[in-house]
Amino acid sequence: MGLQLYYTLVKFGAESALGTAVALSLIRELGPVLTALMVVGQAGSAMASELGIQRNDEQIDALQTMSIDPLGFLVGPRLVATLICFPILTAIFDLIGIFGGYLTGSVLLNVDSGVYWNRVFESVTWADVQGGYIKALVFGLLTISICAYRGYNTHRKASFPGVRGVSESATRAVVWSSVTVLAADYLITSFLM
Amino acid sequence: MDSFLKIRGLKKYFGDNRVLDGIDLDVTAASVMTIIGKSGIGKSVLLKCIANLLQPEAGIIELDGQAISQSRRNAQIDAGVSFSYMFQNNALFDSLTAFENVALPLREASKLNKAEIQERVDEMLVHLELSDSADRYPGELSGGMKKRVALGRALITKPQVVLFDEPTTGLDPERKFSVFEMIADYRERFGFTALLVSHDIPEVFEISDQVAWLDEGQIKFFGKPEDLNTNAQSALSGFLSKANYGLKSSPLNGANE
Repeated sequence: MGLQLYYTLVKFGAESALGTAVALSLIRELGPVLTALMVVGQAGSAMASELGIQRNDEQIDALQTMSIDPLGFLVGPRLVATLICFPILTAIFDLIGIFGGYLTGSVLLNVDSGVYWNRVFESVTWADVQGGYIKALVFGLLTISICAYRGYNTHRKASFPGVRGVSESATRAVVWSSVTVLAADYLITSFLM
Repeated sequence: MDSFLKIRGLKKYFGDNRVLDGIDLDVTAASVMTIIGKSGIGKSVLLKCIANLLQPEAGIIELDGQAISQSRRNAQIDAGVSFSYMFQNNALFDSLTAFENVALPLREASKLNKAEIQERVDEMLVHLELSDSADRYPGELSGGMKKRVALGRALITKPQVVLFDEPTTGLDPERKFSVFEMIADYRERFGFTALLVSHDIPEVFEISDQVAWLDEGQIKFFGKPEDLNTNAQSALSGFLSKANYGLKSSPLNGANE
């Protein structure tokens, strides 16, 4: 991204704005969205599959016979973990991205490092950071809900029972979560801007 | 003798398929009742309706005089109704050890403290001869050991009724016999009422006080195992002979002579 932005900005003689462009793009948009898509691809699909297998294996029925709320027992801890991890992972993504922009722009190319960091700190406001965290939390809530729903209801929604049902649930969980993240990103950005 | 578990007019449909079409059943307290029938005929569905895992279309299920079929599970607990279910494939949690699997219902759904849970689970594991495997995960246990863990989990809450869904599936004859022995032994020890779905005919009859034959959505035969020899209908005789239960040469027949 740093490379693309540099070559675009240099056409307008505005390469000094690289720090601003990288930091705002990451914190406002790319950080929360790409983090959510990566987590959905890795953890969301795994969660949908795991819940689907637990449904097929009657483990969810077993919890009900033991008077244990399956949603509270299986989804509750995952929801808490997601709400903690999404903002942290987003922050890590943003920091690494901004540092990557510095490596590309200042170490490899001709942007002055002082100018780069100065633009980063000058342009980013608390409202930008807050907006990024709001997105991360909303994306976390949406994706965990969709993945949990798909896995938990594997026996109801899948066209095929058994292994194919689990596979179908995992695929649909990832597709629906990804589309929902992109749609929610547009809506949240509309409200925040 | 009065029935402890009473089922009247139980109906469960899946689309046009009338799996249970008016089940009437009476199970006496602290007895073992075995439900037999062809595969896919609805035996597990009947157990799941009793356990409230499936909602029936119609019918009444009463436990000790209290209707439970239309109530939610929490209402059953409030009324002191206690069911346990041993699943065909054990339904153990892979990420929990044998100890944790057995302790799960106590940890999550009882008010016992940690020391009390530890004591009760340790005692159960000793009974089940699983003390040495308490820290092992289900993936590290043999089929018979998994069955025992599942049995321990089903009994740890001291339930009034235990529903066994084909508890001996996939076991060799020796293990089958030992699981049946365990059920009979624990029934005597804890005094629960057992409903058992099994295809292991005639072995399962040795621990059964009553037998019910489910066919075409209804209970077509109900009685003591030895009554199978005298009252068997032609369709039931056909089923039993296909299930290797020779009516004239069965061990039970010999025992009755």
